[in-house]
Amino acid sequence: MHHYAVLRVATKLLVPLILLFALYVQFHGDYGPGGGFQAGVIFSAGIVLYAMIFGLDAATAVMPIYALKRLAPLGVLLYGGVGIASMLRGGTFLDYSVLAHDPVHGQHLGILLVELGVGITVASVMVLVFYGFAGRGRSQP
Amino acid sequence: MTLSLIEYEFVINIVLLGMLAVTGLAIARIRSLFAVAMLAGLYSLLCASWFVLLDAVDVAFTEAAVGAGISTVLFLGALALTRAEEKPTPNPRAIIGMLVCTLTGLTLVYATLDMPRFGERDNPVNTHPLYERFTDTSKQEIGVPNAVTSVLASYRGYDTLGETVVIFTAGTAVIMLLGGSNWRRRRSRGDES
Repeated sequence: MHHYAVLRVATKLLVPLILLFALYVQFHGDYGPGGGFQAGVIFSAGIVLYAMIFGLDAATAVMPIYALKRLAPLGVLLYGGVGIASMLRGGTFLDYSVLAHDPVHGQHLGILLVELGVGITVASVMVLVFYGFAGRGRSQP
Repeated sequence: MTLSLIEYEFVINIVLLGMLAVTGLAIARIRSLFAVAMLAGLYSLLCASWFVLLDAVDVAFTEAAVGAGISTVLFLGALALTRAEEKPTPNPRAIIGMLVCTLTGLTLVYATLDMPRFGERDNPVNTHPLYERFTDTSKQEIGVPNAVTSVLASYRGYDTLGETVVIFTAGTAVIMLLGGSNWRRRRSRGDES
């Protein structure tokens, strides 16, 4: 679709805004609607839009498959790791209150990290699934 | 004649739900799969608008991003791998399908008759002891203004961990089925070992 000038220019303007909005939803989820899941989906939507207009090769240059394949389990591990960390600090699994000196601060920190883990996993899985669909019709090297 | 806010909301509800029904019927009737994929996106967007009206902003957010955004793109991606027209269903099978759908729908409508009236003050959701815990105590316990986040990430952290694992597992399964673009290489490497 790269020969449509309007789509190309509009995409170039939109993609940074979409990615920025995803980060806003990610880190502002404690205060407004949204959270890791929504942020991950929005982030992946930005990458998917980029891939649809500029082609799969351009998208994989920005978001390589090997990186995504490591990021997807990393998010789950980060989530589980927060749980293990709270156990090591003397609490129960996923009890964030023990993560900092003040229980409320601990909760904030725990929620931030956990949501980040969710966001990383969701974003990379969505992009990977899209790559899987989009790359299937092509002749493989 | 002026309408009160509640009456406005009622009218918008009827219009949105009517459009949902029309979209659903159109999806069932149309054979061009491209149009169906687009209508499915529209269906999700209408759902999202309706969720906003019900004050479920987080759900609406998810529905708009997943239903109208990503899944439409995935439908289109799948469409590129198959043909663009739906095969006509033989008549007897269509009638059986229609019967099953109608029966299921009627059962669901019958089940809603047992539900408490929407938005009543003494509904179980408002009188349950956890209601106060989530809306009031959570401000001191967790201190996050968005109660949905504190419920999902902290009170029900196990659930959300499970959901994240589900997404990871589902993604892994899809990638294994579709074969990522370096599938060949991985398989030849596996043969060597």
